Formats: sequence, C-alpha cells, structure tokens
Amino acid sequence: MSAQQDGEVASPEVHAIGISFGNSNSSIAYTSSEGKAEVIANEEGDRYIPSVLSYVKGEEYHGTQAKSQLVRNNENTVAYFRDYLGKDFDSLDPRPCHASAHAKKHGSTVAFSIQDTESEAHNAVTVSEITTRHIRRLASSASDFMGKKVNAAVISVPTNFTETQREALTQASKEAGVEVLQMISEPTAAVLAYDARSEAEIKDKIIVVADFGGTRSDVAVVASRGGMYSILSTSHDYETAGAQLDQILIDHFAKEFIKKNKTDPRQNPKSLAKLKLEAEATKKSLSLGGNASLNVESIADGVDFASTVNRTRYEMLAAKVFASFTRIIEDAVRKADLDILDIDEVILSGGTSHTPRISQNLQRFFSSKTRILSPSTLPTAIDPSSLAARGAAIQASLISEFDKEDIEQSTHPMVTVTPHLRNAIGIMVVTDDIKKGLFTALVEKETAVPCKRVGIFAAPREGGDVIVKVCEGARDIKITKKEKLKTNGKAASDDSDLDSDNEEEDEEVREKIWKVGTVLAEAAIKGVKKGGKVEVTVHVGADLGVVVTAREVGAKGGVRGTLDKPRVVENGSA
Amino acid sequence: MAAVQVSLPLPVLPQGWSEEKDFKPIGQLSSATQRNIEPVGPHFLAHARRKRHKRTFSEDERIQAQENVKKIDDDDAGEISEPEDPLMLQCNAKDWKGQDHYAVLGLSKYRYKATESQIKRAHRKKVLRHHPDKKAAAGSSEDDSFFKCIQKATEILLDPVKRRQFDSVDEAADVEPPSKKQAQKGGLFKLWNPDFTAEGRFSKNEPVPRLGDDKATKEEVEEFYNFWYNFDSWRSFEYQDEDVPDDNENRDQKRHVERKNNNARKKKKTEDTARLRALVDECLQGDERIKKFKKEERAEKDKKRLDREAAEKKEKEDKIKAAEEQERLRKEAEEASKAERAEGKKAKEAAKNAVKKNKRVLKGSVKDGNYLLPAGQDAGAKRIDEVLNDVEAVMAKIEPEEMALLASKLNGLKVAEEVGKVWGEEVKRLVDAGKVKEGDLGGAGEVKTGNCWLD
Repeated sequence: MSAQQDGEVASPEVHAIGISFGNSNSSIAYTSSEGKAEVIANEEGDRYIPSVLSYVKGEEYHGTQAKSQLVRNNENTVAYFRDYLGKDFDSLDPRPCHASAHAKKHGSTVAFSIQDTESEAHNAVTVSEITTRHIRRLASSASDFMGKKVNAAVISVPTNFTETQREALTQASKEAGVEVLQMISEPTAAVLAYDARSEAEIKDKIIVVADFGGTRSDVAVVASRGGMYSILSTSHDYETAGAQLDQILIDHFAKEFIKKNKTDPRQNPKSLAKLKLEAEATKKSLSLGGNASLNVESIADGVDFASTVNRTRYEMLAAKVFASFTRIIEDAVRKADLDILDIDEVILSGGTSHTPRISQNLQRFFSSKTRILSPSTLPTAIDPSSLAARGAAIQASLISEFDKEDIEQSTHPMVTVTPHLRNAIGIMVVTDDIKKGLFTALVEKETAVPCKRVGIFAAPREGGDVIVKVCEGARDIKITKKEKLKTNGKAASDDSDLDSDNEEEDEEVREKIWKVGTVLAEAAIKGVKKGGKVEVTVHVGADLGVVVTAREVGAKGGVRGTLDKPRVVENGSA
Repeated sequence: MAAVQVSLPLPVLPQGWSEEKDFKPIGQLSSATQRNIEPVGPHFLAHARRKRHKRTFSEDERIQAQENVKKIDDDDAGEISEPEDPLMLQCNAKDWKGQDHYAVLGLSKYRYKATESQIKRAHRKKVLRHHPDKKAAAGSSEDDSFFKCIQKATEILLDPVKRRQFDSVDEAADVEPPSKKQAQKGGLFKLWNPDFTAEGRFSKNEPVPRLGDDKATKEEVEEFYNFWYNFDSWRSFEYQDEDVPDDNENRDQKRHVERKNNNARKKKKTEDTARLRALVDECLQGDERIKKFKKEERAEKDKKRLDREAAEKKEKEDKIKAAEEQERLRKEAEEASKAERAEGKKAKEAAKNAVKKNKRVLKGSVKDGNYLLPAGQDAGAKRIDEVLNDVEAVMAKIEPEEMALLASKLNGLKVAEEVGKVWGEEVKRLVDAGKVKEGDLGGAGEVKTGNCWLD
C-alpha cells in the first residue's frame, strides 16, 4: 500500500490534511466540505493510530498491529520516536523506548538497529527514516479515505519543539511525499479546533490547554483575543503522563498476581509487555465505566491471569499522579503571571484527558466560572485525543490555497511578533454607589495590537450629558474572609488557597476586581436621550496610539479623540 | 468582534467640565509586551493580511467586502432583467409559434447567443415571478397563460433541435443588409459585418470567417468569399410548417399536408440559399478590396508582360548583332581564300612552267644522248619514236619534284652512256616503287634499263 505512493509525482493540486504526530499516538484529520474537521480512521478503523512501526521478516506493521508486536518482537518494533527526531543522542531521554527497539547513536543523529528486511542483518534506521515511514503510512491512509492523493499537511507539534526538530520533521515528511504547509503548536491547534465550531463565539478569554499524553504532559496558557492566540506560558512534564497511570495499574495487578502465584510478572520483559498492553486497555475502560477487567493469557510461567478493578480503587491508587496533573497546570498559570481566577477556559487534550478524575480535580481547582472542556465535564466537548489533528486540519484548509511564499511571509516574525497590551483598557461606569466608579474592561490585557473593541453603554435613566472616562485597569484579587463560627486569624496570602485539596475547608472568598490605573482620556456626550445608549469604540494602533470614538447610538456625530503613543516598548517574556 | 453590551450606566457629566471638541486626552498607555501571536486560525490570517498590506481595520473590511461583492456579481453575471412588455404578458400559449421565446424569458438581448445556463436561470427567475400560485396568493386571477408561455419557451429553447428550428426563423435576430444607397456611401465593413455575423449563426462549420477590414490579405478575403459561396447552413423551416392534422381519420389529408410542408420547406430553403448568394454577390460587388486585388493583379501582369517584351526585344537585337558578326567573319574568310587562290594559281603556273622546262630538259637529254645510242650511231625515226614514247611514259608517271630532280641530274649530260645510266636509275626506281611495270615501257626493250640501251 505504501509502495503505490512511492513513485508518484505530486500533483499540482494540493490536498492537505491535518496530522497530529504524537509520541505515542498520531491522528489524521481533514476538513469536510461543510468546513467541519473530521478525524480519519485508518484501515483498521483506528482514529488514534499508535506511532509504532514493527518489522517482521521484512514486512512492515503500523499502528495497533505494530503495537501488539511489542510483546514478541520488541527488538524490531520502534515506538516513541517522535521526541528523538532532530536531536542528538546525548540529549535524549531513553526511558520510553525501554521496552521497544533501543535508540542507538548513529553519526550525529539517532537510529534504531532493527531487522527491517527479510535478511537477518540489523540495519541502522535513522529516526528521520522511521518518521518518514510513519508519515507515509498516515498519508496513505488519508489518501485511501479521501480518494485523493494527500500531498500536503499541517502538522501539530509541542510548543517546545526546536527549530532543528521542525526542520527534521519537515524533511522527513517531504521524503514521505507530504509537504508540510505549516507546523502549528499543539495547544493552539486545540483552541482552534474549539473555535472553528460553528457555534463557537469569539470572545476575549484566557485558556489553559492541558495536553496530557502518553509519555509527557504539556500545558500552555493561551490568551485568545478576538480569535488571535498568544501563548503566555508553557509547562512541560515528562514524569506525569499516561505511562505513570499505566504503571500504577501494572503494579496493582502485579501485586495481585504475586499474592496468588508468587512470581512477579514484572521481572520478565515479555510478561511485563503483555501486562502493560492490557493495563493500558484497562485504564481506557476505566475512563468510560466504573469497573474494568484485565485478562492476560499466560502472563508468567504459563499461568493465565484475570482480574477486575473498579474506578474508585484506581483513583485512590493514582491520586498522587492525578494531583500532579493539576500542579502542572498551576505551575503554568503562575508562570504566566496570572491567577486561577483569570482562567476562563480549560481545554483538556490528549489521550489521558479522557480520565474523568483529572477533569473533576480541575473543576474543583478552578472557580465555578471556568469552563472545563473535557468529555466528563462537558457533553459537547470534542474528543480530547483528536483536538490537535482537528485544529491542524482546519489550519490546513485555511492555508492550502496559499502559495508557499504567502505562508512563509504570514508566519514570519515580522508579522507574528506584536506588542501586547500590558493593562486592560476600560470605561468607568457607575453602580449603586454613585461616588465610586466601576471599571468595565473593554480591551483586555495581553491583547495584540492593533485592535479595536466596541462597547455599548447604557446612559443614566433620565438621559442628559454623560462622561466617558477611558482608563487603564489592572486586575486584582480581593480576598474577603467568610464569617464562620470560628474566625480565621491567619493572614490571607495569595498562595495559601491554591492547593485544591484544601479548598473546601477554605474560609476565604477570592474575587477578581479591577484596580483603576491611569486615566487615559475623558469625553463628553451631551444630550443623550432618555433610555439612550452610548457606543464607545477604542482602537489601539500598532504603535500603541489610541483612538477613542464615542457617540450616542442612532445619533449623528459624536466625539473622537486620539492619544499619542508611549515612548518605549519593552520586551516581554514570551 | 461583537460589541460588548454593558447595562450599567455611564456617569453623568460633572458640572463645569468643558473641553474643546468634548475630548480631553489625559494619559498614555503603559508600555506593551512583545509577544508572538500563534500563526493559526482565520483571525490571525486576517491580522497577517492587514499587517502585510498595511491596512487598517476598516480598509481591510472594505476590501474584503468588495472582494465578496465582486464574487456575488460574478455569480450573477448574465442574470437577465429586461422590462416585460405588457403586451407580451397578454399572449397565449396556444399561439406559441408566433411568440418570441427569447423575449418571453427576457433574453432578447442574447437570442441565439444565450447559453443553456442563462436560459435555465432566466426561466427560474420568470417562474418565480409568474407562477400562478404566486399570482393567486397575491389575489389576482388565476390566469396562468403567460406562465404557460414561459414553460413553452423554455421547452423549446432547452431542446437543441427545437431551438435550432426556432432560431432558423427567428426574424428578430436577422440583420437587414445595407441598402444600395448606404452601400454607395461606403463603409462597407461596418455595414456588412453585423449582417454576416447574423447569417453566420446558421453555419455548420465553425468558426465563421469574418469580413475583416482593409488590411485583410488576399487569402483571407478569398477564404471569406469561398466560405460564403459554399455556405453550409443548418437553417431549416420546419417551424413554419402548417399543422399536420392529428386525427387518424383522414390519412390522405395528413399526407397531403406533410407533402405540402416538405415542399414548402424545400422551397424556402432554396430561396434562402439564393438570397444568401445574392447577398454575398452584392457584398462582393461593393468590396473595394477585390478591386484593389484585381488592380494589383493587373499591375503584376502588366509588369510581367513588359518584362517579357523587353526580354524579347533584347533577344532580337542580340540575334541581329550575331548575324552581322558572322557575315563579317565570312567575308574576311572569303577574301583570304581569294588571295590564297590567286597565289596558288601563280605557283601552279610556275610549276607548270618548271615541268615544261624539265620535260624539255628530259626530252632534250635523250636527244642529246643520241637517243641512248652510242655516239656516231644514227638513230632511225623508229628508235626516236620509241625512246620519246618511253620518256613520255616515265614523265607521266613521276611527280614534278622528281622530274625537277631528274632534270637537274640530266642537265648538261651529253654522252649517251651517262644519260642512259641516269634514265636507267630512274626507271629502276620507278619499278621498285611499283609505279611502272617493266613491260609498260616501249617495245624496244632497250629503254627497259639504261644498260640495255647501251648494249
């Protein structure tokens, strides 16, 4: 099947798909004619195709078939190779490959010594060659599905993918006959997948994208401003991932087996591999149901093993790991100089995100206003495993008609590097307390300029002259102590209540309030009608000059004024 | 992004607040943070577009909107909107043969040029407006006659065969050929071009050559007239057929009408062909280019003829010159030969004289040698005759030069022996050369050899 793709000349027409190339699993998606991103199932019906290639007597196995070869043919099975691409041997983490073909140093790159031909000889196959083969299989599956030769793709990669790794991936996929139109980061792909839904509303919001994968977890804090995304911070963790959850189940079942049979199945690599595969399946079942069984034939010493585990038990065992997932997110939010109250949405992505407990933990951790987008907390959530592929597919459909040059120019730092507002810009309105004004943010902080926001404000009930006061505002966290039976004598500190475990006992109420900063301008609208409304437009130019326009809705004229740009633009931490 | 709605009211303008133009700038924005925007999503692409083309929001929106509008325009290109003639709205579908189908669909601007999709779209538009259900809803009568007209027109125009039949007799698409008066005024191409374009719609062969203009080459013009004189037309006149009675009762009547129709068609077709031919003739007549080409041709021919004549003349002159030259040469040769001949005569005479003299010497020598008898011996008359005969015979046989030689040998010799010896040698030489046989010389035999004479 892959052979038929080999010699073909790429047709001038671009058929682009989105590829999510993960360390453990990959997904392919396309954008249907209605503009909806759909995940493509491969020949075996898998939508999450394990990034595994296995060779048996010169025959190539891919995906699930290859993964099952990890038991008997682990020497010639290559898995978890994505993160090795474009790296030198000294800087790579060999742990994931412990149970499969080991990575070897090969010149300046990394290779796997496997028998990929019919002969007995071990060939050194470089990571980029493996990647090429993997992408070729993915593209051929997509071509079979779409009935058109796929020759281009948008590939999603982690945020910390280096330039060398990107280049290596571009080269590898080019050799597979797939032109990489663009590489987009996984968190933005996930956000895009949600934003591209027809019912999605483009709002200014701060989103945490938590990508919990098989071997690593990546969290990014993304500012979504008018449909444009800026990553504020990222956090990567290679110790907290699906593999750790598997390990907990492996240990659990191994102990149970030892109780009965006095042998440790973890001692024997083959037994361990069998147990690992089954434990992973059990973990997946536990995400869906309250009970899951595990069945391994001839696990060790020819003994069959069958057992069940319920979700509560599993969650108890894995409580520590689950907690650490939350901590990664917390870390990322802190890195972004934000408070958890600033987070409007949490998007859970990656296979491990199916675990209900993780999203439940997060729901408790964040305020009730924060939406947790995961299957167990939101029925309309998109399948977390396919988010990156869908986002990539949407981006592919957006840019597939562009020239290569156009894409390059658009992704050039000249275009992407933009000043972001440090403070929010808002208008003062009045509340019941007439003396004190209330700041209403119109342009949120971290909005890329140039930008334009329009707000429609009510006028006093009886109409008349009103003042539009444009100010900068800073978000502040106000902590009020709850009156309980016992007064809490402790001084409130920002950090004390961040731990979700303590939250229930916490007696402090944290609130997001605005602190009014510099007053930027004042404008007067005279003679507003009874029940009239005032439309205020704030337009921040690329040079941070501000144009404020205010007029009564439905009336002619209005007030328009400009503010000069500030002198210096500092560099941020992004 | 949609405007943010805020329900809380704006503060009232404080007393005494006044500013020019009602706007008071106070502060400046705090400095910004430079960050990377993720190059992803439609909004980013819009941002990139603005940034790369240095457009502002409103400009970008306007340009994008214009682009969208243009697209819609393109989609609607060819959308037909013609005012509907109230008279036409009255027409009845029963008289469909008399109806202008293109006008019914609002396509009279396009006529035979209307594409199928245009017809379909026009039909849809008309149906939307004239569907009887719509009319009924509007409260007017349920008169669907015009709707039927529309259906009939669409039926005919969407059927390629029927459409051709209608197009064949679509007089509204015909263009009147220019009148004689107009043609005389000139401007042939402008006058005839629309006519030929209209006629060209009947051609089976595509493309139809154009009349062209002044600059057309002779080949083009010839091709044009050839095409039109051999015009292959699909025009037919079934559309004007009389209705064939549909009842089965009178088959004869039916056949009669059919025959009549057939004949009428043939007649009309012949007439049409003749008409077209006349048309082309007329155009050809007025075509200045043909005159121009003829003139050019004549000029070419004249030039050829003149060239040929000049060549002939030159040839003739050459011939005369050659003849003169020959004559001159001949005369010269003649003169030369005359002079030669005169010279030859003199020499001959001299030779003759010399021979005579030599002969005399020879005869004299015999006489001096006493007719080859020893001295003192008297030679009788007979002997003299014999010897002289022999001498004569020898002399007749030898050449003048030999004779001269012999004469010089004999000159001065008086003694008979000596003379005889010389003669003998001479005779012997002649015999050896085979000029004289021994028997030829006299009967006396003494002359046979000099010696015998001396015996």
